[in-house]
Amino acid sequence: MAAIERLRRALWRVQRALRALGERRGGARALPFAAMAHVLGALGGLLAAGQAQAADLPEDRAELMYHLYDGGGVRASGPAVLVRKSLLGKVSLSAVYYADIVSNASIDVVTTASPYRETRNEFGVVADYAVRDALITLSAARSKEPDYIADTYNLDVTQDVFAGMTSVSLGFTYGSDEVGRKDEGFFDGAKHWRYRLGLTQILTPRWLATANFEVVSDDGYLGNPYRVALVFGAAVPERVPSTRSSRALRVRVIGEVAPGMSVRGAYRYFWDNWDITAHTFDLGLSRRFGEGWLVDVYARAYRQVDSALFYSDNATAETLYVSRNRQLSKFDSNAIGTKATWTWLRVPGRYEVRLSGALEYGKTNFSNFTDLRTGRPYSYNATVAQVFVSADF
Amino acid sequence: MRRHFPSSWPALRGALVGLAVTASLGGCAMPEPWVKPYERERLADPVMQIQRDALSAKHLEHVREVREGARGATGVQGGGCGCN
Repeated sequence: MAAIERLRRALWRVQRALRALGERRGGARALPFAAMAHVLGALGGLLAAGQAQAADLPEDRAELMYHLYDGGGVRASGPAVLVRKSLLGKVSLSAVYYADIVSNASIDVVTTASPYRETRNEFGVVADYAVRDALITLSAARSKEPDYIADTYNLDVTQDVFAGMTSVSLGFTYGSDEVGRKDEGFFDGAKHWRYRLGLTQILTPRWLATANFEVVSDDGYLGNPYRVALVFGAAVPERVPSTRSSRALRVRVIGEVAPGMSVRGAYRYFWDNWDITAHTFDLGLSRRFGEGWLVDVYARAYRQVDSALFYSDNATAETLYVSRNRQLSKFDSNAIGTKATWTWLRVPGRYEVRLSGALEYGKTNFSNFTDLRTGRPYSYNATVAQVFVSADF
Repeated sequence: MRRHFPSSWPALRGALVGLAVTASLGGCAMPEPWVKPYERERLADPVMQIQRDALSAKHLEHVREVREGARGATGVQGGGCGCN
């Protein structure tokens, strides 16, 4: 099955190359190339039809990335590695390593604490199992910081139905965290449950639509032991409820509007029982240039229109819960980004190596979080960068 | 002459409507898949894959989830962390 998929992809690549060659030659000399491309297209289609009732394992792949986030006084960077290999065409095993080397001088830290540096290491393993037209994915990950350990276990099942026109996915995550302070060690914990449902529908030969719904529930210590809130201008340790439950619904469409060019749009509505409401809008365009380049550009707008019930910039009453976590406040965040991928080496049907670079620039403006240094609403700019190499084999 | 309906008329009417709906559904066939497998070639094009690179998607998702109140329904699985 994996071999069929590999052959189909190889055919698709050769077909694309023939088409490009035909276009370059033009006129009557293009005809033999176009005809060969059509024959290969039909063969690829037959292979796809033959395995329409069989789920595909993800491709064997290796990715090596260096990532950087720089914004609002926080700089987080580090390497990340992923290796995935299928065994006997039925099971695919992956290992992931991800590091965040953080130097933190954020607004919270510079106004109420001291800048610090720390490293977060995350290790994960994933097993994908294809059975008939379903793909079952099991994964586990551990994220470790000096004062926080998070273990996460995921189970996802994706099932193709309606002759492969529709794919339905169900997922569950259980997370268990240990929460600590550098000066007193681990003192509490938190548990998280995530339930997700996804639906992908082929609309036309060129358009796809996806809907996702996810419920997240948390129980335990959900605050930050270092953060302070302001009550009548005095700093007090924040007090956050020990449970939270949220819902998010996203719809997305993507379509090929011209050969080698696609556009996409997405909207997500989020709400939770802390009274936070948020809207996320995404627009993007992907385009291939020649045989070697693939470029994406996108814009993202995030609107957090309701802050948490217990959020306060400077509380004027004593309440059971109080927090000045700006993540729970009212704010807007806009970003634009681009990603370019260049195919460096390609041997159709055997391997392909690509080099990529991505850059995103964003600005966040808070409505009800004051910069205590200036007395004005806080805002900051952020840059996200990635450089990576990926290989399919 | 005026017709008198029994007192159980609303229940009977409900049952009749239910029966009619069930009968009409029985006559319906599921729609045929309208995009045949051999017409799906364009959907496999890399320009149609939004999250082509798992690590890249994981990083962007992490950057957003630790700074925004919203979470979930992105199609990307993230691990937990003490990053709030």
